[in-house]
Amino acid sequence: MSAVVTEHDDHHDHGPEKGLLRWVFTTNHKDIGTLYLVFALAMFFVGGTMALIIRSELFQPGMQFVEPQFFNSMTTMHALVMVFGAVMPAFVGLANWMIPMMIGAPDMALPRMNNMSFWVLVAGVLLLASTLFMEGGAPASGWTLYPPLVLQTGNALPFAIFSVHLLGISSIMGAINIIATIFNMRAPGMTLMKMPLFVWTWLITAFLLIAVMPVFAGGVTMLLTDKFFDTSFFDAAGGGDPVLYQHIFWFFGHPEVYIMILPTFGVASTIIPVFARKPLFGYSSMVIATIGIAFLSFIVWSHHMFTVGMPMAGELYFMYATMMIAIPTGVKIFNWTATMWKGSMTFETPMLFSIAFVVLFTLGGFTGLMMALAPLDFQYHDTYFIVAHFHYTLVPASIFILQAAAYYWLPKWTGHMYNEKLAQLHFWLSAISVNILFFPQHFLGLAGMPRRIPDYAVQFADWNMISSIGAFIYGFSQLIFLYIVIQTIRQGTGEKVTDEVWEDAKKHGLEWHLPSPPPYHTFTTPPKVIPTEHI
Amino acid sequence: MSEVIEQKNIKLVKKLLLVVLAMFGFGYALVPIYDVFCDITGLNGKVELSAANEGQYEIDTGREVTVEFITSLNETTPMKFRAITKKLKIHPGKYYTVDFLAENSTDRPMIAQAIPSISPGAAAEYFHKTECFCFTEQKFAAHESKTMPVRFVVDPELPERYKTITLAYTFFDNTDKTVKN
Repeated sequence: MSAVVTEHDDHHDHGPEKGLLRWVFTTNHKDIGTLYLVFALAMFFVGGTMALIIRSELFQPGMQFVEPQFFNSMTTMHALVMVFGAVMPAFVGLANWMIPMMIGAPDMALPRMNNMSFWVLVAGVLLLASTLFMEGGAPASGWTLYPPLVLQTGNALPFAIFSVHLLGISSIMGAINIIATIFNMRAPGMTLMKMPLFVWTWLITAFLLIAVMPVFAGGVTMLLTDKFFDTSFFDAAGGGDPVLYQHIFWFFGHPEVYIMILPTFGVASTIIPVFARKPLFGYSSMVIATIGIAFLSFIVWSHHMFTVGMPMAGELYFMYATMMIAIPTGVKIFNWTATMWKGSMTFETPMLFSIAFVVLFTLGGFTGLMMALAPLDFQYHDTYFIVAHFHYTLVPASIFILQAAAYYWLPKWTGHMYNEKLAQLHFWLSAISVNILFFPQHFLGLAGMPRRIPDYAVQFADWNMISSIGAFIYGFSQLIFLYIVIQTIRQGTGEKVTDEVWEDAKKHGLEWHLPSPPPYHTFTTPPKVIPTEHI
Repeated sequence: MSEVIEQKNIKLVKKLLLVVLAMFGFGYALVPIYDVFCDITGLNGKVELSAANEGQYEIDTGREVTVEFITSLNETTPMKFRAITKKLKIHPGKYYTVDFLAENSTDRPMIAQAIPSISPGAAAEYFHKTECFCFTEQKFAAHESKTMPVRFVVDPELPERYKTITLAYTFFDNTDKTVKN
């Protein structure tokens, strides 16, 4: 059921400030959402360039282009930039744009803090990027920053650590803002169990963020004091234990990977019903599964460290606990499939990306199950198999869904339709090349190629070459995406889009009741009737 | 935004900030929790760092356990360090003494600390040392070489499945650093 939102009068509604300072001082959720999304897109290309440097070096065995130390910096910085600069900010950007519009709120609960969390993020990423130009080079110990290796970093170490602090502060402020918005700003009638799943998954993600970012901040602070103030948290010479760091890191790190995937689930659950023209199958089971995954994420961290020398009981516990995650995740995959079952599906670009997500994320999930088996993990640990696994759960999952979200909501945000033909070209190039890029890495890993090395035995040459070719096709295909986004912002195909953009989208969310593009301030008086098709 | 909502927001933010602070504290609390947990379960092969009393055990002559001795130096520690006895077949309950040889390879005095580790980790609680150069920092004069004894006993309670125990020492150069423990 759905109904029309009553038009409210707009005469004390004012537009944005003029000039560039608008973007510096803005407290408007749509402006800040745009800032986050643009910044994330820029970082996606920065991180992508680093990935292409890695794949160029690995195109052939032997040393070609870069020094080993710089190569290691690239693997480290690629991960940090993509995680903290691209994927997380992109989802915060979507949250800023969509959560108030989806729950019928006029803005985020704490608009000034919202502005601050964005600029702290920029400061954090710039600080991180500055380490590239320091004596001794950027951190090169992998994004996990394990001691004692990370303590050998040159001048960059304190900068990298403070950068992590800033990124953490930014994420925590964003998370608090999202929780406050969802708890206090919902329109009358928008009960928790009527919220779109994107809002639900973000609520849970926000709780994960405030629970684990401080732990990571504490862990890197211990690294800092170990290096400069003679403490011995992780220094065996003073009675510390480097394995302790791994526990602290992964206590943060495992929920962190779900921080990147839960909003992905939310967007997929929003898009698939619209293009299947059916309500989402099993709404409440989706909510429960999300909560279940979030809970499990706290009690499985040591599956990242099966090979550190845990006793049998520990290995078994973490093995079984990890395999349990497959249950709520399976519920989700089933629900998405069931939503499409007998639906009147059409295959516009957002739907294509979402279907590719369901298929390819499942592949990534299966390799995750393989590695959950402790005895098998001894073979896969720190090989290209794990690289293939987590890239399958991040690139054709989080990145694909972020791009699906961009195609899905860009017409709403800009009032212009994107170029569907070009977008489909972008999809097919991405979907095919991402598999050329990452699938061979499974074979490399099983054959024993270790990760984070600039050179390798000649037996790995063929699959590495294929993987690198895939990387370049994938990387350059993203320029099509950039072009489409810019073109859509400017005038698109010239086609005027309706308020609901997609057929019957009004049944699926409040945002489609607003004009396209929505006015600068929306829902200053709460909407009357809540669409319930997604329930 | 109405006053009521603003009040509610401020209250909620305060609560959430408390959660953030608590979780930051929890990160630090993991340090002692980890130590206590490893102590109770003997998980990570941490070895007692003070001398055990020379207690009496019934010597189990019917059983042999191999004890191996491994030495290593941390990154840049400028020393020579080796175990004179590499491997020993022992009877649980009987006391043994083995010697290690360490030499300062520099022209200056040096303070170094040896850190022991036992694998398999769960065997650590059955391995007792009454004398060890690892209990305190060792001072070396320039180019001084020392023979240092370790006296130990393996508790006869050691479960049957352990046939070999490896004792590893790593020397750390602490000359420029005060060790806090």
